[in-house]
Amino acid sequence: MQWETVIGLEIHVQLSTRSKIFSGASVAYGAAPNSQACAVDIALPGVLPVLNREAVEYAIRFGLAIDATINSPSIFARKNYFYPDLPKGYQISQLEHPIVEGGCVTIRTGDQEKVIRLTRAHLEEDAGKSTHEEFHGMTGIDLNRAGTGLLEIVSEPEMRSSTEAVAYARVLHSLVRWIGICDGNMQEGSFRCDANVSVRPAGSETLGTRCEIKNLNSFRFLERAIDYEVARQIDILEGGGSITQETRLYDADRNETRTMRSKEDAHDYRYFPDPDLLPVIIPHEWIEQIREKLPELPGHKNHRYIQDFSLSAYDAGILTATREVADYFEKTIGLLPGQGKLCANWIMGEVSARLNKEGLEITQCPVTPEQLAGLLLRITDGTISGKIAKDVFDGMWQSNGENADAIIDAKNLRQVSDDSEIEKWVDEVLAANPQQVADYRAGKEKAFNSLVGQIMKTSRGKANPAQVNSVLKKRLAE
Amino acid sequence: MLNASLRQLSRLLSDKKISSTELTAGFLSRIKSLNPDLNAFITLDEEKSLNQAKSADAMIAAGRSTPLTGIPIAQKDIFCAKGWLTTCGSRMLSNFISPYDATVVERFDQAGMVNLGKTNMDEFAMGSSNETSYYGPVKNPWDRLAVPGGSSGGSACAVAARLAPAATGSDTGGSIRQPAALCGISGIKPTYGLVSRYGMIAFASSLDQGGPMAKSAEDLALLLNAMVGFDEHDSTSLQREKEDYTKNLTQPVEGLRIGLPKEFFAEGMSSDVSRAVEAALAEYRKLGATFVEISLPNSKLAVPVYYVLAPAEASSNLSRFDGVRYGYRAAQYSNLEDLYARTRAEGFGEEVKRRILIGTYVLSHGYYDAYYLQAQKLRRLIAEDFAKAFEQCDLIMGPTTPTVAFNIGEKCGDPIQMYLSDIYTSAASLAGLPGMSIPVGFGDKNRPTGLHIIGNYFREAQMLNVAHRYQLATNWHELAPPDSGN
Repeated sequence: MQWETVIGLEIHVQLSTRSKIFSGASVAYGAAPNSQACAVDIALPGVLPVLNREAVEYAIRFGLAIDATINSPSIFARKNYFYPDLPKGYQISQLEHPIVEGGCVTIRTGDQEKVIRLTRAHLEEDAGKSTHEEFHGMTGIDLNRAGTGLLEIVSEPEMRSSTEAVAYARVLHSLVRWIGICDGNMQEGSFRCDANVSVRPAGSETLGTRCEIKNLNSFRFLERAIDYEVARQIDILEGGGSITQETRLYDADRNETRTMRSKEDAHDYRYFPDPDLLPVIIPHEWIEQIREKLPELPGHKNHRYIQDFSLSAYDAGILTATREVADYFEKTIGLLPGQGKLCANWIMGEVSARLNKEGLEITQCPVTPEQLAGLLLRITDGTISGKIAKDVFDGMWQSNGENADAIIDAKNLRQVSDDSEIEKWVDEVLAANPQQVADYRAGKEKAFNSLVGQIMKTSRGKANPAQVNSVLKKRLAE
Repeated sequence: MLNASLRQLSRLLSDKKISSTELTAGFLSRIKSLNPDLNAFITLDEEKSLNQAKSADAMIAAGRSTPLTGIPIAQKDIFCAKGWLTTCGSRMLSNFISPYDATVVERFDQAGMVNLGKTNMDEFAMGSSNETSYYGPVKNPWDRLAVPGGSSGGSACAVAARLAPAATGSDTGGSIRQPAALCGISGIKPTYGLVSRYGMIAFASSLDQGGPMAKSAEDLALLLNAMVGFDEHDSTSLQREKEDYTKNLTQPVEGLRIGLPKEFFAEGMSSDVSRAVEAALAEYRKLGATFVEISLPNSKLAVPVYYVLAPAEASSNLSRFDGVRYGYRAAQYSNLEDLYARTRAEGFGEEVKRRILIGTYVLSHGYYDAYYLQAQKLRRLIAEDFAKAFEQCDLIMGPTTPTVAFNIGEKCGDPIQMYLSDIYTSAASLAGLPGMSIPVGFGDKNRPTGLHIIGNYFREAQMLNVAHRYQLATNWHELAPPDSGN
């Protein structure tokens, strides 16, 4: 039987606000345990939550970026359960009237574009952390993270493969950083994915029983966990069994998912509106102010790059993957009008390869967009070849800030387009390789390329390749 | 001195006829002799109180005093006070020294008042007789066989027995007004949102409201001036212009339209209470007030609605008492689940556990709509009844309680009977309206009775004025129990 996979994702985005969502404590990562938990965070008797305006603004920003409805009033509710790292015995979250409802994002897999609709995004507070390793026979509780603002983003079950799920997660990961509401650091837990996975016979309209997979803290794990889970479910169904609705934990070391809790032990969270927090009324003018401050969004940029710079969808996708790369590209192209493809190739090729190799972000690139444009200008005006340009780029990188022209002059790398000079190199190579000349004349076309290579080498790369071609052709025809 | 009003005390202090240190020491020594029997206080800290008194004396000497500077006040043990044991009447917090001040405590502190000690109360404010306290029952100073009411029973007893010139209370369904009535003192629960709830240990957040308890309406007005005000730490606190509650105290009440809900003057009110209330109303007639019969048809549902909503919120509010971070923790436990179960089984008393169970039940999947949501709808209807009533009258009056104080132990085995003590007070709480009780005489066994005054939102000044005019014409509020000062 053919099976269809159905995936929906729940993504927890940690908001990069300065303070926590209901208290004034700092949210900085990595501080000494419990040094960033104030009276409200540790839930002393009598304390009360006060909503952080910035967190609401961040949620609105997200809602606007995915073209969703911003609910007003929006209601906070208590989700009740006991756990040592949940100090109040309830989490302040949202159930009915989440701040963001609806909206969609576009994902790309290969040449395919697909729109994924979102169900909702709601604000809530994070829990603290329990550590079991450091204290023998006991559990340590660190409440630094308790009360950090989260935006939980829930998609519709519209993804049909792990590839689509990863593409969706990447689009959101890029978007939340793009609009400046999350640092996107997956190791530190700033962006956490849970996947709801089910399978059904191809063509079926009804959804199969789903399992929720937790603990997916990288895109690779997300993909692997879904693939494992889909195979597991198909196995069970083809063996005549049925799927039990449950929450499963992904174990990256073993690459498998295993039962965490079944539906039977699911908590009754006893949600009810939090009487300590009033319904949030969001004035229309505030939404409009936030909209005005939004940067140009990746989807819009993407289309613009394809139209204005004649880039492929693939190139445009890569250049708009992060706001920083797009900024770098736009600064470069701004100085080299009409050279979209050249700029794109260089940023996606040489620049990105070198950054990867050295483990740097584009914002740390030692070659500025202005300098890169200066280099590419020398290719377009024929001063140097593309090949020499790579050496010059290397020189710019090493020298940390020297301009292309200075390096070209200092190393005497200017392309030679003087016919007499080129003829001299051609004759030298022809004289040294009578056999290849004979081969070529006997019809072996390959010999021509080999001769060109040797001429370029003799010129130490400076000869204008087009001229070398024509001079060599003329000589061999004589 | 013991029967002096706050204004009189203030004058004595500013005229340097007495120092705050002397005044405080005087009350402390009186507490020492009477409290072992009355049990109005859970915690006393002579050193802290006297230090505060010294600072108050310095404020007075420096000419920086407010009308309340140097006057001692007893704090209900529901208010967190920095460095003070703050138990909320529970074993669960029997070891909790608060590291911070409730906003109310901080405001009185800034006004220069002296914290005289923390008063006894029903555990987590759940009770109407002060018998649910982990620290034992409080006795009614008018008749030591009787309860003082609750949950602010310690505060009411302290003021009535002249152990303190004033006290704080908190009221969720009647916890200021009912004990004030049963102890023959004055108490006001302001409009919900006027007094900050920050640092006042939560019972039912949408109903809890702090307020003052004192001998007279005039004292309440002075205390309210310091207590009321917006607090950025409490999202439900209201941003309003500051009011001086003492300003219009003496205004004549001629032409005042008093609404008498027919539902409150019906079956259920005992004849002795009825006699006292009727006499008080007759006094108002003399003062020039007029009466209109009004109807609050849904008020009969107030107690059941209250006993769905308040436990629902309480079940969640009390989840933080889990033995993990502070407070009581069971000595023996085998795992996490067991730690929670034993800590809460041992740390909470019976009434608190009963309400947590009720609250958990009404919020549970499958019951939420039938109980919690339904109760919320009825809550709105109860508030609408009041809104309609206030189109016909300025204030509403009736009995504060259906009977005078009952005996200690009398209703312990019957929660429903106990819950019905709040039959007249809980409706105003559900509507968020201000309510107060003033003493209007005595009923059976010479136990005090109270008149309940409900005002429209933010009409505290008017209520205090109306109460003050009555107290100018009568002297019930000046009477102190035997062996308590007279």
